[in-house]
Amino acid sequence: MSNEVYSLCFMCSIRCPIRVLVENGEVKWIEGNPHVAGMEGNLCPRGAAGIALLNDSQRVQSPMIRSGPRGSGEWRKASWDEALDYVAEKLKTIIEKHGGHSLVLGERTQLSTHVSKTFLRALGSPNHFTHDALCKGSVNVAARSLFGYTDAQISIDYKNVKHLVLYGRNFFEAIEVKPVGAFTQAMENGAQLTYIDPRVTITATKAHRYFMIRPGTDLALNYALIHVILDEKLYDPEFVNRWVQGMPALHDFIRPYSPEWAEQETGIPAQEIVKLARTVSKDKPAVVFHYGYRGAGHPNEVYFRRSLFILNALMGSIETKGGLFFKKGPGEEGGKPARKLTEQALPKLEVPRFDKVGTPDFPLPDPNHGVGHRLPHAILNEDPYPLKALLAYRFDPLLSIADSNLTKRALDRLELIVTIDINYSDIAWYSDVILPESTYLERTDCIQQANGLKPQMLLRRQAVPPRYDTRPGAIILKQLGERLGIGQYFPYETMEDLVRWQLEGTGFTLEDFDAKGFVAYGKRQIFWDRKDGLKFKTPSGKIELVSSLMESAGFPSFPPYTPQAAPPAGHFTLMTGRCAQHTHISTQNNPYLNALVPENCLWINDREAARLGISDGAWVEVTSRCGSGRIKAKVTDLIHPQAVFMLHGFGHEAQAAGRSFSKGVADSALQENIFDPVGGSPAYDHTLVTVKPVRN
Amino acid sequence: MSIYYLFQDAKKCIGCRACEVQCSSNKALSAVPKLCQIMTVGPKFVGSLPRAAYTFMPCFHCENPWCVAACPTGAMQKRDRDGIVFVDPELCVGCKTCMSACPWGAPQWNEEVGKVVKCDFCKDRVDQGLPPACVTVCPTDCLHFGKADQVRPVRRERYAKAMAGIE
Repeated sequence: MSNEVYSLCFMCSIRCPIRVLVENGEVKWIEGNPHVAGMEGNLCPRGAAGIALLNDSQRVQSPMIRSGPRGSGEWRKASWDEALDYVAEKLKTIIEKHGGHSLVLGERTQLSTHVSKTFLRALGSPNHFTHDALCKGSVNVAARSLFGYTDAQISIDYKNVKHLVLYGRNFFEAIEVKPVGAFTQAMENGAQLTYIDPRVTITATKAHRYFMIRPGTDLALNYALIHVILDEKLYDPEFVNRWVQGMPALHDFIRPYSPEWAEQETGIPAQEIVKLARTVSKDKPAVVFHYGYRGAGHPNEVYFRRSLFILNALMGSIETKGGLFFKKGPGEEGGKPARKLTEQALPKLEVPRFDKVGTPDFPLPDPNHGVGHRLPHAILNEDPYPLKALLAYRFDPLLSIADSNLTKRALDRLELIVTIDINYSDIAWYSDVILPESTYLERTDCIQQANGLKPQMLLRRQAVPPRYDTRPGAIILKQLGERLGIGQYFPYETMEDLVRWQLEGTGFTLEDFDAKGFVAYGKRQIFWDRKDGLKFKTPSGKIELVSSLMESAGFPSFPPYTPQAAPPAGHFTLMTGRCAQHTHISTQNNPYLNALVPENCLWINDREAARLGISDGAWVEVTSRCGSGRIKAKVTDLIHPQAVFMLHGFGHEAQAAGRSFSKGVADSALQENIFDPVGGSPAYDHTLVTVKPVRN
Repeated sequence: MSIYYLFQDAKKCIGCRACEVQCSSNKALSAVPKLCQIMTVGPKFVGSLPRAAYTFMPCFHCENPWCVAACPTGAMQKRDRDGIVFVDPELCVGCKTCMSACPWGAPQWNEEVGKVVKCDFCKDRVDQGLPPACVTVCPTDCLHFGKADQVRPVRRERYAKAMAGIE
């Protein structure tokens, strides 16, 4: 008995379309969906490790209730009824005493996010946040400040790019399958790749130009590039005159930031900066200064991300082949998007968010996502009010929010911590109750509204029954909601019911997804007319270099550049990043992926290491103001002398995840909880550390 | 001799090892035996540019496979029809002679069963007209599988394009 199921991967958050082959209730094969252009069998290593996740006996197999102190690993198995009743009783007591807003739900954005938002709002809490702000809140604000659209509403036509400039966007390691395939093809057709990063990555080994920039100075490089582009009139005059507002202000601002000035700041020779500006502009408008995937490095993040979008605007690489484009929704084809539970009439919320987003204290971050790294401060200071319960939904505050010691102190103040997760994540391990979610191969999920050049809908379909006693998150929240008296907001019994409810009025049915795993609203690629048809959502209808969004919130569009001081003697800037074999904090215990990359190490420049008496492979102690850890050194000339680097996502404390337990060091244990006060991103690459050899 | 050729267009390879994971998963093996493996050399600076080599190492399915000659039980075999070299686990006694014989380390030790396991070009897939697991999933399409005399001359095409100077 065998069958095939078209679905969506969930080994990372990209949601690549896949085809799953099932034999006698076992998943035998996963490949990229052959009906989706650019997938056609292709997977990344994490996607290829999906069956190993499904069959992993080290994931959470049933609801668990803590029976010892938090984090002790003393658990008792519970039935779903028992666990849900337990959580509901605790929540009822907390809500009665402290109000619905004392509950916070943090999650990694996913297809059922509308369900968890509904759950919180129905309970009277505005405190839903996603991981988005931790990843790229400032990219979101930068995009909105210029175009009126978020970065999530913008994409890149990689296939036709002629020159791609990447700033630490480790394109060939932080793999998105379709873009990697498309740009590989573009390179085959002659596209150029310029890579800028204090550290050599695999992406750097594929680049035509590589600059080992001084850490934290990418903005200075961009100001010098803009300087040259304006000075030598290398921009696209037709596009700029028609669509860009604020050029005189940019001219005035950029004057002092010459290539010679930037050479001092970045370490990149002035003539190389001039050459780069000239070379890139030759291929305009099919050039992309990548605006970033993770955009959370430094406190000036929003201005750096704005500078990237501005470079694209100057090149005219907006809404054009080989450039950036705005994602088109079903409305462009006269269609309707899938419904969301949040469209129901929900109670009005009277209190501000815990992170103060949307108030004068923090006006610009996107309230759809909130700013999760403010959680420890809000809890510890009871500011703006006491928080008592946390629902962590496949989001790990301990390993994702900088300064895990601070986060742990805050969590200790909570009366209830509940985790919905597949794995024994560190937050699951530190919770009072774990409600185990079924993997992506074991559950149908909510509709993916895939806006783009061709608007589509995609669907994750259950391929096999749950292997253990787990449930889909949207069912868990519904069943919890029923116990809390808000069951009416969850009008479904099964995930299929919920999808059918979502599809009402769209003209599509659940069965329409059977053949290929997706449905399309139209056949053509939609590009707006670059002469008259660009629909910027700014007040002026143009790209606002002088941003009304920022200025009206009291932030200058072009504050003077603050030089990045060299680290004091004996200190390094701690950088963090990804490899192709792991997704954030969630795959380190996967049998295959763990075997490929079992732990992280600390990259340190060979000359600095020699000075400190550190040899390759030796144990070192790395220490910041927040914490310290012991880790093996990777001594190399592939990193800037002022930086050290470690992969994100290691140093797990959950013992039940036996392969990843205690392997490597968590970057979050070292990083300070500092951030961009305008855009909201954390400044993950802005912590200073010392490194010393461990003498045994 | 194997009529097939698995060509790695190394210029496109990003060393992501999706090929290795799909291979292990498809064969339901633990992570230890590597029927194929990306061997990375570098990165190191060549002038001002960092460069690395990502070399794909499956079994080459030799014309005259030393592993087959070395195998005392007849477990290691060459398929008459197309020359695919494979090991029959029923006949393998775990003596590891083939591992010693192969100049490229293709035969791997499967500790779970105490026998040798090796790349068979996913002959069950090939027999259905499908490419091997590694080739199917490669995200940069750097792996090509086909009849040895019919593989696209990718390198010649690329060289000719670079030399033509008409673009």
